[in-house]
Amino acid sequence: MAVLSKRLIACLDVRDGKLAKSVRFVDTKDIGDPVEKAREYYLDGLDELVFYDITASSDRRSIILDVVEAVAEQVFIPLSVGGGVRSVRDATDLRLAGAEKINVNSAAVRRPALIAECAEAIGNQNVVLSMDIRRVGESGEFPSGYEIVIDGGRRPMGIDALRWTLEGERLGAGELVVNSIDADGTRDGYELRLTRMIGAAVRIPVIASGGAGVPEHLYEVLTEGRADAALVASMVHYGDYTVSGLKRDLHDRGVKMRMSW
Amino acid sequence: MTVIVDYDAGNLRSVQRACAEVGVRAAITNDPECVRGAERVIFPGVGAAGAAMRSLRARELDGALTEAVRGGTPVLGICLGLQISLDRSQENDQETLGLMPGEVRRFALSDPALKVPHMGWNEVRVVREHPLLDGIAPGDEFYFVHAYYPVPRDADVVCAVADYEGDFCCALGAGNYFATQFHPEKSGRVGLRLLERFARWDGRA
Repeated sequence: MAVLSKRLIACLDVRDGKLAKSVRFVDTKDIGDPVEKAREYYLDGLDELVFYDITASSDRRSIILDVVEAVAEQVFIPLSVGGGVRSVRDATDLRLAGAEKINVNSAAVRRPALIAECAEAIGNQNVVLSMDIRRVGESGEFPSGYEIVIDGGRRPMGIDALRWTLEGERLGAGELVVNSIDADGTRDGYELRLTRMIGAAVRIPVIASGGAGVPEHLYEVLTEGRADAALVASMVHYGDYTVSGLKRDLHDRGVKMRMSW
Repeated sequence: MTVIVDYDAGNLRSVQRACAEVGVRAAITNDPECVRGAERVIFPGVGAAGAAMRSLRARELDGALTEAVRGGTPVLGICLGLQISLDRSQENDQETLGLMPGEVRRFALSDPALKVPHMGWNEVRVVREHPLLDGIAPGDEFYFVHAYYPVPRDADVVCAVADYEGDFCCALGAGNYFATQFHPEKSGRVGLRLLERFARWDGRA
């Protein structure tokens, strides 16, 4: 039976050209050179790399383009980039700099047609809908019990997360990143209920994000959590775990992983 | 000189950067004369067959590529580059270059868990030895992104297969022409090694 390997993805939050890490989307601090980290993870067997540009300054576009370009010269696995993508032009600029896949988030919630426009310009498979989601409890307004939040976790939109997921898939997103705001940076584990619900509802790959603290969490989300890929940040950025060690652990537990590189 | 054929079909710089990583200087060109005069030709591409053929013809690159292949230049096709080297593609019901007999079909899968496009890392199994596939071991995976797959008419040209609800041809070779459905430039070090071997290849299988 053909099944693709599950993917281990490392996420680098880049602010002003430096690697940063947040806890529950606030208190970001600088923790190193993104290009160096990217190269290190790549050589250690990482399957895919994601950059989120969290630069606030006005010259943000050129900074992230430089970072992407520098990483693309040294890292030969798929690169995915997001943060402030508002137009097809933003997407194609990032692609030219060396990004494979483009993540859209807040701008797509404000103007959903952005998803379709990007899919048309760069192909469905390269458009990743990244969603920041918080738990709110089931209600008439939020049948799934989860709400979409934008602008780096600051602005709740009153939109049900499952409804937006299905809309994003319909508009042509090729992949989904499910970021749990509640779990982000806590190291308490992924929000399994959320990833499982979304994984069951769509036919495109789901990347689980937020909350990984120990290898068991990755195993859980790739099995009962139904995710196709697990995204990690803190676990590897601070040196507690290595990319190859995490992959080995998953492989040993019976998860299909790419084990030679 | 190694040239990378530019016909508006995707990001060629990722191929160029991967070549640079293994010490190969490759020039991106849309000039048919440069393709005719090249020592080696890389023919990459992502996108749709119809648009790709229009773009090749508009730049008269179709003839230059055919001459390079017929003239014995080592040529490496990648992804869409492989697909449009065959006779025909179901994508846009398009007649393609015909450098190799065969056609390109869309994945028609019965298992709802398998998605189209086939995107991600998958194992490549060598079924016929070829200098460009030297050193690939069981379990080695490459990166794929495609909704259509090649079906060469002559089974002898199939060098490697991958399994996606059955085996499909993911690398083929005949004489000085070799092509992969996967992306060596995005497949980590196993992919880079393939590019490195291509840079030294004399075009003999």
